[in-house]
Amino acid sequence: MFADTDDQQLFESATARFLESHYPIERVRELADHGTTFDPVLWRRAGELGWTTLLVPEQAGGGSISGNGLSDLLIVAGQFGQHASPGPLLPTNAVGAALGRWGSPAQRAGPLKEILAGDAVATWAHTSAGRRGAGIAAAAASGTVVLNGRVANVESAADARYLLLTADGPAGPSHYLVPLDHQRVHLTALRGVDLTRRFSQVHLDDVTLPEDSRVGAPGAADEHDDDLLDLVAVVTAGEITGAMRRAFDMTTEWTANRYSFGRPLNSYQEIKHRMADMRTQLEASEAVAARAGDAVGTGAPDARSWASAAMAYVARYGPELIQDCIQLHGGIGVTYDHDLHIFLRRAVLDANLFGSHGEFACRLGAMVARTEANVP
Amino acid sequence: MIPVEEFAARARSWLPGHMPPADPSAGHFFFADPTDRSDEHDLGRIERCRELQRRLFDGGFAGICVPAEYGGRGLTPAHQFAFNRELRGYDYPLEIQASTFIPCMAILLEFGTEEQKRRHIPPMLRGEEVWAQFLSEPGGGSDAAGAVTTATRDGEQWVLNGSKIWTTGAWYSDWAMCLARTNWEVEKHRGLTVFSLPVRSPGVEVHRIELLNGSKEFCQEFLTDVIVDDANRIGDIDGGWTVMTRWLHHERTIAGGSPYVTSAGSRGDSSPNDGRELARLARRLGAADDAGTLERLGEAQALGLVGDALIRSVTTKMQTGALPHHAAAMLRLFNGTATVRKAAIALEIAGAAGVVWDPDDAAVAQTGIGYLVRQAACIGGGTTEMARNVISERLLGMPREARADDGPFRDVARGPQ
Repeated sequence: MFADTDDQQLFESATARFLESHYPIERVRELADHGTTFDPVLWRRAGELGWTTLLVPEQAGGGSISGNGLSDLLIVAGQFGQHASPGPLLPTNAVGAALGRWGSPAQRAGPLKEILAGDAVATWAHTSAGRRGAGIAAAAASGTVVLNGRVANVESAADARYLLLTADGPAGPSHYLVPLDHQRVHLTALRGVDLTRRFSQVHLDDVTLPEDSRVGAPGAADEHDDDLLDLVAVVTAGEITGAMRRAFDMTTEWTANRYSFGRPLNSYQEIKHRMADMRTQLEASEAVAARAGDAVGTGAPDARSWASAAMAYVARYGPELIQDCIQLHGGIGVTYDHDLHIFLRRAVLDANLFGSHGEFACRLGAMVARTEANVP
Repeated sequence: MIPVEEFAARARSWLPGHMPPADPSAGHFFFADPTDRSDEHDLGRIERCRELQRRLFDGGFAGICVPAEYGGRGLTPAHQFAFNRELRGYDYPLEIQASTFIPCMAILLEFGTEEQKRRHIPPMLRGEEVWAQFLSEPGGGSDAAGAVTTATRDGEQWVLNGSKIWTTGAWYSDWAMCLARTNWEVEKHRGLTVFSLPVRSPGVEVHRIELLNGSKEFCQEFLTDVIVDDANRIGDIDGGWTVMTRWLHHERTIAGGSPYVTSAGSRGDSSPNDGRELARLARRLGAADDAGTLERLGEAQALGLVGDALIRSVTTKMQTGALPHHAAAMLRLFNGTATVRKAAIALEIAGAAGVVWDPDDAAVAQTGIGYLVRQAACIGGGTTEMARNVISERLLGMPREARADDGPFRDVARGPQ
């Protein structure tokens, strides 16, 4: 749904085929009961398909299809949404992007290489669009750094080898790359609305790391988190749009085949008009996600506005559209047996995980107000 | 053909010496119009538009996609869009783009005779002929094909009788394109014909309608035994609906995407109630740092950006054939609902200042008055309900509405006249 060039279309159909064969909806339902949904063999194959390299520049070992890796990743995200697929797509790519941009030569030669190959999963303890504060304290001690505290809502932490987090130290908030097999790192499993994406709270209790575990300049974490947030805003907007598309297609079919009072549901003008609204919202979501992918992926000056606008819109209308699909299905729509909720879960998770639509709107509004105040 | 980049560069060097800068405080159509604006002011603005259009023509930037034999440049939509980008920040003849260039000029290009095209298109491009659309009727609403204004043949002439309504700017326009019924004995779509006529023809009486915000831009016309030469007929006799489907299509592209429209987004640096304009309002009211205000600013700005992305994406898809031309109805629907929401956001930011104000503070007054008249954005140019019908039936293939008007038009039920 986000493919533009011929190469991107090939990439999109390969992605769709892979997800359809490995994660049909029955498999997604099965995995709902599993503590872990991660399959290292499949993830290595995902690495071969190119899902892990897209946000990393070529000189750091990455590569894209079209020259704009974020637009390519949007294609994968759209398919993830349409299939409600499991897999650490988002956190791994966020950390890959961070190491590709700000990682030391050693971090690129080690962890980043493993991530790009699909050998290792990495995850990001993010701050949300509207909230600040690391929750982790960093103290320096003779060539080492000692981390203490805890971070919540860390995706795929139980399956990941590396965690990128922000810790507050004397130089301000800085990024560190923490090996999750460190013996003083503990995880508490969390529960969430999505059937197959797993989250943990991560506790760090006097975790001592070499000083060179820092990623990027001291005190740069907030600025870097904002850049990463732009990237994940585009990816989550794309995934929500994919989930919207799937729910919309299911509802198009349902309203054509479901009869009441002797006529198909979709012959009622009320239903037709709601489907018209949804079709327009779907087109608008796709358009703004793609545009944000262009802007952020090419480093356009208004990139942050586009990323924020994409989430302000898609995170607001996406879950609402799927709720309306449920309404048009009637009682069957709120059952566990029906598949609609699987896509609603995915959209709702994405629409809130990095900040609500209101928080992204605030982020955009603050930019507008600043610009206006500086213009005579 | 001149490459797009070269054309844009030529525009970039031509514009500063020839077109005045946009006035950011100028109104944007009826939404943000000062309620006490005088007719002299409006007529002055239309004269200014004619003059600016003439400057575009003399500079080689009018009718960029119009064939050279009709006074245009014979270039591509990409050239027009490139020019539009360069035009940002300049004043330009915004108020005469619709209806003169779309739908009227576009329809002449598609359906006009050679003589009609040579007669009308060059003066349109020079700003000498401003056109209006005699389309809606008092009894008709969105049902354009249900027109009852009648044209009766009399030798080489036609005699028109009836009434048209919701005509933008008829009171200052020169010519009109008019849909009329020429056959009452057949199904309604098959008995229509399109004509052109001078607005000041004998028998045409133009009345102005006052909207609830004081705007008098819309008109109603009464046509009594108006004589129109057959040479001014556009398209075939009783073939008016074929013309109408394109007429309506061009009308839907007013929100964006038409290759015949010169546009810098709007006259100023912003469209009504966009984020920056609302930020200015919030700052003046001392509410700019309020979290609720910032969220609303962001929502309004996002609607503007999403609309922009939607126009570009749907226009491209229609050009490549990935979407049928009916997809333009999504642009119309989005624009209507987004404009309505932005009008509400403006009032939410203004609060009490939007409903009670100092008479000297026209800008804040427009927030409240603009809110009152906001539904015009979902009504004018075809209601959003009609757009929803087009999207569901033509784009999604859902069943068409049952018809009660498929017999001879003479027998179709009508309300009290």
